[in-house]
This record gives sequence, structure tokens and C-alpha cells, in this order.
Amino acid sequence: MAKKQYAFYPGCSSQKGASASNFVTSIGLMCDKLDIQLNEIPDWNCCGASIGYGEGGELPRLVLNARNLALAEQHLPGQDMVSGCPACWLATREAAERLNKFDDLMAETNEALKEAGLNLKGSVKPRHIVEVLIEDVGFNAMKQAVVKPLKDMKIAGYVGCQTNRPFGIAGESFENPLYLDKMIETVGAEAVTGYDQKVTCCGGALAFSEPEKSQKQIRDIVESAYDHGAEMIVTPCQLCQANVEIYQSEINKKQGTKFAMPVVYYSQLMSVAYGGGIKEAGLDGHIIQPKKLQDIAR
Amino acid sequence: MSEQNQQAIAPYHNNFLKEVEERVEDGAWVKMCMQCGVCAGSCPLGDAWEHTPQKIFMMIRAGKREEVLKSDSMWMCTSCYNCIVRCPRKLPITHIMHGLAHYAHRLGLAPKGQPTRDIAKLFWVNSVKTGRVNELKFSLAMYFKDGFIQGIRNALAMQAIGLGLMKAKRLNPMEIFGGHKCKDQGGIRKMIAKAREIEERKQAHTA
Repeated sequence: MAKKQYAFYPGCSSQKGASASNFVTSIGLMCDKLDIQLNEIPDWNCCGASIGYGEGGELPRLVLNARNLALAEQHLPGQDMVSGCPACWLATREAAERLNKFDDLMAETNEALKEAGLNLKGSVKPRHIVEVLIEDVGFNAMKQAVVKPLKDMKIAGYVGCQTNRPFGIAGESFENPLYLDKMIETVGAEAVTGYDQKVTCCGGALAFSEPEKSQKQIRDIVESAYDHGAEMIVTPCQLCQANVEIYQSEINKKQGTKFAMPVVYYSQLMSVAYGGGIKEAGLDGHIIQPKKLQDIAR
Repeated sequence: MSEQNQQAIAPYHNNFLKEVEERVEDGAWVKMCMQCGVCAGSCPLGDAWEHTPQKIFMMIRAGKREEVLKSDSMWMCTSCYNCIVRCPRKLPITHIMHGLAHYAHRLGLAPKGQPTRDIAKLFWVNSVKTGRVNELKFSLAMYFKDGFIQGIRNALAMQAIGLGLMKAKRLNPMEIFGGHKCKDQGGIRKMIAKAREIEERKQAHTA
């Protein structure tokens, strides 16, 4: 079968040696098994993330995202633009929608893009990789690729914010989306029901600037996973993964808790279920070791 | 009052709502708020806002310019988009809060030393410089933003986490020597400068 082709926008955190480099490692095998080919957009740049608004005004942020769209349009024509990072996806999709809706913004954006020798027509559709999995691949095909079901694992599906809001995935509810639970079950694990922190914000970029407020959020997210009997948290978001994993030790230090809840990506579950080893699944990239998953991958 | 602030205020004769509608990103939506309070109740950091979004919308209409723009409220936004999806009037509340924060920052009215304001600036400068975020330099810039001594304290407090990330190959000490970057850095800088120039041109033409 011919592979499905996509223009790939990895984003800054997915670069080698960056905070989500194990995410990008883990999607390699997953995409291979599901006949997805990701073609990296040449010379892509930062999307501005959710915190870029402070210094960057509306047009500079639109222009940053328009540059990536224009590069995809020019070098990988006809391909949807796919990102694995919710912030990249959100910023790009917001930009594409605004530019396609308002002709004056598109004209101004192109005036600025000209300085970088580019022009945007507005034909590229920005998508999240989870949309590709659900809409283009489908749960059946995701299940068929499983060679090593993740039996006897109870997992809390933590969707977080930006994969879920404001656009959502596959038309699911904002308050209780079910796709992540379904993905967990697709690979043979058990998704805990009633995980009440499923769509709670981890604090996002404010984990850096307002650590106490953010760590209160993280404490709720981890505590509820324990309360519901989960052995591990799974998330589609790079910043959620980092915040919820990294700051558990800080919360333990300040509040006397004994948190050691592993936090992994859905793609790591899929990689292991599809026969991937520790390295292929990026399971060597954790501060809190997901031992049970590592044992299955060994 | 700064010259830029003076210029911003002059054409509106104390009509702050009009100023917001014309100069703040998505500001034209403010008048649509019906004061139901769902945004205030949906915000994960709701308790930390001196004035909730609901209150800010009413304060704008009441002409409370200084109170709104000098407040640190908007800087409590985590960009979770809960208010956007729940607003019965479909106001893009997250964007309006970002827009107000940016406007206050640009006019020099936003609170000095507000931590989210500071890191937002560091993040933008860091990412636009090479086209891509350098996480190591960004972290160090955050730790040292309040001076050298405080920086050393911050870095030491986060030492275990930093080493853990390095061991997991998710933080590369070699990034200090440059690290990842775009090839067309010159083009990116020129394009951003042009975007700023266009935006300033537009602001001068409103009112």
C-alpha cells in the first residue's frame, strides 16, 4: 500500500536534545506501521507558542505561522500539514483560519512574507497527528497493527487543553472527549473511567512564571490518577507531558507527597504495542521511569 | 505618562471601549459580553485574577482604562481555552485577554516585573532570534532575569530536574553554543520587522 503523505511540522520541543525529543522518536515506528509518511517542512520556524502574544502582536504572530504554511505549500504541495504538538497545531490552524477569512490580514501577511521571499495562497490545511490517526487511519487499523497487547495496565488518559480546545479532535466533546481512552483500549490496556482531571490545565507556560499556581494544577492531575487506580498517565501534549512529569519531585519536596507517576505519550504506547523496543518508543527519555511499559518493551 | 500612551489615549476622549475595539486584538467582541460569568468560573487560575474576564469586560465599558491596563489579571491566562469553548456568546475570550495584555505591554502600562510578562518577552526574543526556541538559553534567561545572585539560586533549586532532563537527553548543554536554528534567519528577522511596521502603521491610522 502506498503511504499517505503529509507535510510535517515537528516544532521546537521535538528537535534532537529538546524537551519532547522522545515524542518524535516514538512516532517513527507508529507511522511506519500505519503507512503514514511525514515529510519535514524545510527550514520551518517556531509558531510563537501560546506565550508569544506578550511581545509579538497579532501580525508578527500570523506572519511566523504563515511562513511555515507557505513553505509547506511551496515544497510539499497538496499535502496536509501535520503537527504533533498541540501549541504548534493550534497556532498554525488559528493563523490559517484567520488569514483565509480576512483578506486584509492575508494581504498584510504577504507583504511581510515577501521580505523572506515567500508568498502564501492559503491552500494548506493544518492538522494534528491524532486527527490523522483517527480520521485517516481509523481505530480498526490502529488495532490491527498491535502485536504485543498492553495487558493488565491501567492508564489515565490525560487530554489536557490545547489538543482539546478550542478546536477539538474528531468533533468530540470538550468536557469529556473519549478518543484518548479509545486509543488506550485499542492497544490492549485499560483506560480508567471517571478520571476527573482529564481536561484540566497543567498551567502551560505559567509553570515557569507562576510555579505555585501551576503545581497546584499538576497535583490535582496526578492525585486523581492515583485515586482512580492508574499506573500511568498518557497524554497527547508535549507541554503537559513535561510539566506533569518534571514537577512531581518539586511537589513532593514542598508538600510531602510521594508522587512517582510516569507520564508518557499515546505514541509510546502504540510503539510498544506495535513491537518497538525501549529506544524506538522513546522510553529512555523519562525522569520518572515507566517501568511496566519498559518491561513490556524489553 | 509615556508619549506612546498619550498618543493612544488622545483620539478616544476617554471612550476606552472604542479604544479597545479599534486597537486591541479581537477587541470588537467586548460589547457582546452579557455578564453571565461562565468565563470567570471556568478559568483554572480564576482565584488568582484580581479582575476576572467577566469583570474586565464591564470595566472596559465603564471606562476604567488605568485599572484594566495596569492590572496583572490578563497575565494569569494559561491559554487553556476553557472560557472560549464555554462562552454562550462565543466571545474569543482567550484572544481578547492576550490582546489586552499585549496592548498594555506595548504601551508600557503592564505591571513591571510581572513574571509571565517577563517570560513572554524572553520567549519571543529567544525564538525570533534564530527562528527556533533554544530551550537551554530560554531556561537560563528565565532563571537570571532577576539578577545574577537570584539566577544562581534558581538554577541550583532546579539542578536536579535539569540533570534529570540531560540524562534523559531532553536538555542539551551544547545548545549554549548556538544549537538549533533556521537557515533563513535574516529573512525571518526582516519579515517580522515588516509585520511590526505594518502594525504600527495601522495603529496610527485608527480613530
